[in-house]
This record gives sequence, structure tokens and C-alpha cells, in this order.
Amino acid sequence: MDATLRSLRFRREREEAWRELETLLDRAERQAVSRLTDDELLAIPALYRAALSSLSVARATSLDQALVDYLEALCARAYFFVYGSRTSFRERMQRFFALDWPVAVKSIWRETIVSALITFAAALAAYVLVSGDPDWFSAFIPPDMAGGRDPSASTEYLRRTLYDSDSADGLGVFATFLFTHNAQIAIFAFALGFAFCLPSSLLLAYNGCTLGAMFAVFASRNLGFEFAGWIIIHGVTELFAVILAGAAGLRIGWSIGFPGDFSRLAAAEKSGREGAVVMIGVVIMLFVAGLLEGFARQLIVSDVIRYAIGAATAVIWGTYFYRGDRRGLDRD
Amino acid sequence: MASIAIEAGADRSTRALITPEGVDLRVRLADVSERGIALAIDMAIIVGSLLLLTILAGSVLATMQLESLPIAQIIWMLGFFLLRNFYFTLFECSRRSATPGKRLIGLRVVARDGAALSADAVIARNAMRELELYIPLIFIFSRGEGIEAWIILAGSVWCGIFLLFPLFNRDRLRAGDLIAGTWVLKAPKQKMLPDLTGEKPAEAAFAFTTVQLDTYGVKELQVLESVLRVSEPNAMEAVAGQIRGKIGWTARASESDKEFLSAYYAALRRRLEQRLLFGVRKKDKHDKI
Repeated sequence: MDATLRSLRFRREREEAWRELETLLDRAERQAVSRLTDDELLAIPALYRAALSSLSVARATSLDQALVDYLEALCARAYFFVYGSRTSFRERMQRFFALDWPVAVKSIWRETIVSALITFAAALAAYVLVSGDPDWFSAFIPPDMAGGRDPSASTEYLRRTLYDSDSADGLGVFATFLFTHNAQIAIFAFALGFAFCLPSSLLLAYNGCTLGAMFAVFASRNLGFEFAGWIIIHGVTELFAVILAGAAGLRIGWSIGFPGDFSRLAAAEKSGREGAVVMIGVVIMLFVAGLLEGFARQLIVSDVIRYAIGAATAVIWGTYFYRGDRRGLDRD
Repeated sequence: MASIAIEAGADRSTRALITPEGVDLRVRLADVSERGIALAIDMAIIVGSLLLLTILAGSVLATMQLESLPIAQIIWMLGFFLLRNFYFTLFECSRRSATPGKRLIGLRVVARDGAALSADAVIARNAMRELELYIPLIFIFSRGEGIEAWIILAGSVWCGIFLLFPLFNRDRLRAGDLIAGTWVLKAPKQKMLPDLTGEKPAEAAFAFTTVQLDTYGVKELQVLESVLRVSEPNAMEAVAGQIRGKIGWTARASESDKEFLSAYYAALRRRLEQRLLFGVRKKDKHDKI
């Protein structure tokens, strides 16, 4: 009888191929894949399949636990490499803007309507309440956020807040602050959807209340038209973004509560992934809104141009998201 | 061979991952403790780089004096925003599907269905971090100043639910994993260890009888393997004593515990592997095959 074990001979015959795969994976994971030659790239799947078959043989015939563990770890690493994502970052981006983003936004249109209704209903309610009794104002907007723009402020002061920019130097900071702040709120609204819609709706309602209460103050001094212009230049983009974020959150909460034909878990997964696409888009929209708010609004003081920009953004977003079919673009 | 699969699957943290080639990779879930450590490392990196960013911004401010103030502020605000939201996402979108913390511990994020991990899934699982991690953090650090007691209570319950979520399901999913359809697996880089039978002493001195070799099964063989790999004298002495007693082996003066164990390991493995080839797998010492 041969002195060496069968399983040891098996190992000695294949060892070299395993090590080769290991070295290639090390390099591929550490550096960019483009640094590997074509031959090396082609070798990985072949070596991976060889290692897999070794694993099967080792499990059936070898009782060396360390060897089986090694092969399991190696095969798993190679598996994730071979069957992992293949698209480059650039392709992914193109696909995102051309297809994924608008399709995802379009697919949550029902939630978008609900989310918008909540926002505007809350705004209307706050408007009616504050118009009737200015004391309500402080219930919706804390004093430090109002910055003096409350029912007791003078008309002159209110007018100035709409048209004066503090100083051009501060604009960059202001825009950055607005962007990061709003984006954080939007991500928050999305994440909150997980708790069965309720917190998302509350956040949307709160956002609407702020708007309505503020509008009531300005409208009471006949500055309604001017205030709307001040809001609309960036507000179309910003409100839309927050509404979409809330809608994505609602979709998750809804699908957990009413999963339909899927299991609850599967439904949560599906809506979570779709919602994530919407959310990347929301952050981009808020970036645009931050620029409009921080720069354009402070530099443009004409009401007509403010309205025109607001209307233009509405048309652009509307056609981008909801225009007809995209059958020409294939969906794999 | 089906019985083997069931045996290995009995471990509570092992999950089946069948490749398109039809082989089960038997992946292992990461422990909650490991994920906690990985997260702590990542948070340390985030906080560290934020501090570095602040110092950088401060020095820019100091050298350029006027008008550099807004730039520094922008760097800081954007830096904080980007790190908070995209640190995890960008690293998990990379080829290793793991943040530096997870890499150090040897973990990776994997789609539960075994398919390629999509960028969407990574974004979804990390957007939920806002809820699971940052809100509890903010909540803890605000220390409930000027807040009513019932809100603090409600907040604590809220934080508790999300923080402890992974402890209450068998796949150790956090809420983000649930939403994104992912889980976190162990992905250690394993070194190839030498085969223990390769370095055997002269076998003639250790001639075991079939009866002596049929005393133990696969389970004991693997315990013996780990004892030999660790090579801790006290453990080897205890194990050697036990085996000698059980198989009725009288130790010669010249044989060391390690020699005896290595020889018995090699002989036992040969015997068990031979029987394996005939389709007989003796699970452990109680298995009467």
C-alpha cells in the first residue's frame, strides 16, 4: 500500500492551482481589475471552477478539516469575484440617469400623490389656523427658526427678508448648509417609513405646516405673491424632493403592512431597493435646490424671474420623471 | 452524501449558498459581536477623519487669513455630510463589499439570494443607518435636556428596538439588511495549513490495531486535529492520556505525547478515509458502524 494518504496526494496534485487562484484574487481585490492581464482575468473563472470541484472532492474524501475550511473560504472569495457586479461606475451612472431613477420615481406615483396631499393639506391647515389666530404661529415654527419673521414683525422687515441677501461671501456656506440640512431630513423621512408609514407622514405634515404658517404671516401683510416667488424658485425642486423621499418611505411602510402576493420580508426588500434609487435622486435634487436657494434666490430679486425659474424646474422635473414610455431603453 | 450536508448544516450560524455550479459553499453568518467591533472601528475612522478635516480646515484658515472662512466651513459641513452618508455606501460598493472595519474583522456584505450585490441594496441598507445608529446616538448625547419624561421613555424604546434588532432574528439582520435583502457573512482570508500527516514519525513504532482505530469517529478526529494544530503541551498531555486509556495503549518511555497523537491521528485518518471511500462515515465514537 502507498505510504502517503490518498487525500494528501490529492492535495499535493492540486495545491498549486489553489495558490495561484489565491494570489490572483489578492491582486484583483487590492488593485483595480484593469491591472490584471487578459490571461490572468480569464484564468480566474477556470481556476475557480477547479477549486470548486476540489472542494466537492475534499468534502467527500478528505477528513482534513483545515483543508476543507481553506477551500470553502477560497471558493467563496472567488465566487463573489466571479459572480459579483460587472458594470463599471460610469455605465452604472448612465443607466441610473437614463432609466433607473425616472422609472423608480414613476413607480411610486401613488405614494407621491399621498405624500404631496399630506404636505399640502398640512400647509393649508396651518395657513387657515395662523390666519385666524396668529398665536398658532409659534406652535408650528420655533422662534430660532423663524428668525424674527413672525406675526409681530413689521411689514418692512418681512419685505427685506425676501429681497436682501446678507452678503455675497456667505452664499457658499449658506448653500452648503441648506443642502446638507435638507438632504439629512429627506434621508430621515425615507428611513422613518420603515415604522409603518406613520413617522414619515408626520414629518411630511410638519414640513407642510411650516410652509403654511410662514405663508400666512406674509399673506397677512399682502406679501403673499412675493413670498410665493421667494419660495418657488427653489421650493419646487426642494418640496418635490422631500415629497419623493416621504413617498419612498411610505412605500416601504405600506409594503410591510400590506405585502400582497409577496412575503412581508420579500416585499420590504423590493420596496427598499426601489426606494434607495429614489433616494439617490432625492439627494441630487436637493443639491440643485441648495444651489438655487443659496445662490439664485439671493442674487435674483425680480419676482417674475423667480416665478419663471420655479415654473421651468417644475416642467423639467415633470417631463424627466413622467414622460411617456421608455421601451426603447432595454431593462435587463 | 446528503447526510453529510445535513450534518454540517446543523451549525446554527451556517447557511447554504449554492453556486450556479451546484456546490454549496456553506457560508457562515457574522457574529453580532464581530459586527459591533467592525462598526466601532468604522466610527473611529469617521470621527478621526473628521478631526483631521477640522485641523486641515483650521490650518487653511490660519495661513490664508481673510476670506478663507467660508471655504473651511464648507469643507467641514460637506465633509461631515459625505462621511456620515457615503462612507459605508462607497466602501460596500467596492469589490470587497466591506468597509475598512469589516475588512479588518474579515466580514463582507452579501445579497441574501446569493446574486451580485447591487448598489441599490447597499444604499438602502445604509440609509437605514440614520434610523438605527445616528438617531440613538443623537438621542444619547442630547441627554434629554428640557424634554418630558415620556418622550425620553418612548425614545429609549425606539432606540432599543433598532439597536437590538440583530439579536432577535435568526439571520442576525439589522433593519437595513432586512430592507435591502442583504446579510453580513464571515469572509476570512484563510491560510493553507500544512497537512498533519505529512510530518509523521516512523510508523513502525506505532502499529495500531483495527479495533484501536475503530474506537473513534470523524468528530473525535477533528478535535484531535485542532489540538495538534494548537500544540499546547497541557492539552496534548490530557488528550493523549485519554486516548491511551480508551484504546489500551501502553506508552513506551521514548514516545512523546505529540508523537503519539500525530501517529494516532494519521492512522485514524487513514482508516476513516478508507471507509469513507466505501460510503461508510463513522460520525463519532457512539456511531456503531
